[in-house]
Amino acid sequence: MAASKQKKSGFQNPVIRWIDDRLPIFTMMDKEYGAYPTPKNFNYFWNFGAIAMVMLVLMIVTGVFLAMSYTPHTSMAFDSVERIMRDVNYGWMLRYLHMNGAHFFFIAVYIHIFRGLYYGSYKRPRELLWILGVLIFLLMMATAFMGYSLPWSQMSGWGVTVITNLFSAIPFFGDAIVTWLWGGPSVGNPTLNRFFALHYLLPFVIVGVVFLHVWALHVSGSGNPSGVEPKTKKDTVPFHPYYTIKDTFGLTVFMFVYMAVVFFAPLALSHADHFQPFDPLVTPEQIVPEWYFLPFYAILRAFTMDIVFPFTGWITDGGIVFTAKLQGVIAMFGAIIVLFFLPWLDKSPVRSARYRPAYRWCNYLLVVAMVLLGYAGAQPAEGTMLWIARGATAYYFAHFLVLIPLLSRYEKTLPLPKSINEAVLKDKEEAQ
Amino acid sequence: MIKKILRKSSLPALAFVLCMTVFASAAYAAGAKVPPPQQHWPHKGVMGTYDLAALQRGYQVYREACASCHSIRLLSYRNLQDIGFTEDEVRAIASDYFVMDGPNDEGDMFERVAVPSDRFVSPFENDAQARYANNGALPLDLSLIVKARYGGEDYIYALLTGYAEPPEDVEIPDGMYWNRYYSGHQIAMAPPLMDGQIAYSSGRSASVEEAARDVTQFLAWASEPHLQQRKQIGVKVLFFLLVFAVLAYAAKRRIWADVH
Repeated sequence: MAASKQKKSGFQNPVIRWIDDRLPIFTMMDKEYGAYPTPKNFNYFWNFGAIAMVMLVLMIVTGVFLAMSYTPHTSMAFDSVERIMRDVNYGWMLRYLHMNGAHFFFIAVYIHIFRGLYYGSYKRPRELLWILGVLIFLLMMATAFMGYSLPWSQMSGWGVTVITNLFSAIPFFGDAIVTWLWGGPSVGNPTLNRFFALHYLLPFVIVGVVFLHVWALHVSGSGNPSGVEPKTKKDTVPFHPYYTIKDTFGLTVFMFVYMAVVFFAPLALSHADHFQPFDPLVTPEQIVPEWYFLPFYAILRAFTMDIVFPFTGWITDGGIVFTAKLQGVIAMFGAIIVLFFLPWLDKSPVRSARYRPAYRWCNYLLVVAMVLLGYAGAQPAEGTMLWIARGATAYYFAHFLVLIPLLSRYEKTLPLPKSINEAVLKDKEEAQ
Repeated sequence: MIKKILRKSSLPALAFVLCMTVFASAAYAAGAKVPPPQQHWPHKGVMGTYDLAALQRGYQVYREACASCHSIRLLSYRNLQDIGFTEDEVRAIASDYFVMDGPNDEGDMFERVAVPSDRFVSPFENDAQARYANNGALPLDLSLIVKARYGGEDYIYALLTGYAEPPEDVEIPDGMYWNRYYSGHQIAMAPPLMDGQIAYSSGRSASVEEAARDVTQFLAWASEPHLQQRKQIGVKVLFFLLVFAVLAYAAKRRIWADVH
């Protein structure tokens, strides 16, 4: 009795109090989403974490209902998806929400990542928070890729063929690994079956990592546009109602754009080859991945020259070759792996790009490089396009591995505000 | 104020919008060769709806000019009710076809007359038979053809009306035809439509352009049968979100008033 009195949860409702005394879930929710002290100077970039979370839930809910009418078999998958589009009640809506949901989930997450880069959200003490985020990004890419294969269309089948074949670049074991991934001598029914199983599993793994991501966030507290940590009560507001309402507004605007695409241009971001059944004997004119993979696809294809190690002819015929394909695969995965190390590559004590003029411009250049890579990724890898892709790839790696370490040593940063409150007041003065 | 907003967010936001646009256009540029001229279609645009009379004429064109080679296997006869045929008319249409059913109580397969719930009967038993009957070329299934081609309706219409004599320096082998809009210009499909070939119930016979326009609309409907329902729901959804966004913004302003 004494123990339960001591806890003294402030809830009036007896049922809630009864539950909370035994499992303090309401206390936790109140602490993490009610009272949680949040810097008061967030701009709208800070909406995208919540938006991404809503998209994840939306993808899981629509996905579960789609799975109820989907058949993971190479001879039936395409028709079962078309049955969803034609005969299942509101099946077309579920599918368009899901396939465009993937696009908008990635849009939200790319903006969220950009926010993190621009405002230095990855820096101490938020390194682990950042690493968990990169992990979520990787898991999302795997999930999206497998989901794209499920309709077993021309684009699905050939996308699977191209991407799984990347692993054949691994020396010695490459071909064995590819056969193992396929579950047979070619892309076939076992491949589709396992992709479906994993496409259903991975989103729940993402939920788990998102939970850790949010947990880590609530330990270190949210960053903010000034990059200065909150010091007094003047710097923060409680999460509810201030940010619940701001997130609600931001989410509604995001949803408006998303729904406009779902209901009025549901195919704006998809390929015509996605509406023909997979035929292993007919290669599409051009195999183009989804837009969110294009920058990485361009990095993969920017490498076209085999390198032969000199004086190794005595080991194998023609010497040991570092194939262009292997270079590309390493670069492509490296482009994401490098993000894991960002907290230690950037040693600048100033977080926000607002007070780092040189870093700010490097960041814009990074966006330009990503756009160029995305454009190049959709074109045949030849001529000028190839050189653009190579230049942008070089910038991408130079940005993280050369510029950021150098900048954190030599950059002349602007004076930081003393507190968040002071930064807000100064902004207000300038605005008037 | 504007300066503040500019400094705070609009550059990166602009970059992202640019990013999306470039990706989308790049993805599209990847497909077509000779771009088909843009046509006006009644079902395009935000509030566009299918022209049911055109769809019914288009079905007639499909049946009389396309169906002897091209299947449309994802449609059922009952779907024709959605484009304005009555139940009796659909029953009559279905009864022109035979489907294999069974096994019956004695274990034998048997042929019966098709009913509205049957899928459209394909002209050939399988792809091999289809190829054998068409000089080795496979007539495609048309259920999704408008969504499965870059350029959509414009491309289908352009292809159907794009037959011409080959340029003088181009040699076309026997059994092949020259088409302005087909990738490579050499197509195995004979010109499917001819002026006056199809007599509409109004007593008028259709020109190639009319027939092509009608059948393209029919095929667009076959690819995307729920287009109208989609747009109707979409209007309600967007209206709701718009009102909700205004309310949310007003509430946000009010709650934040004491902080700002």
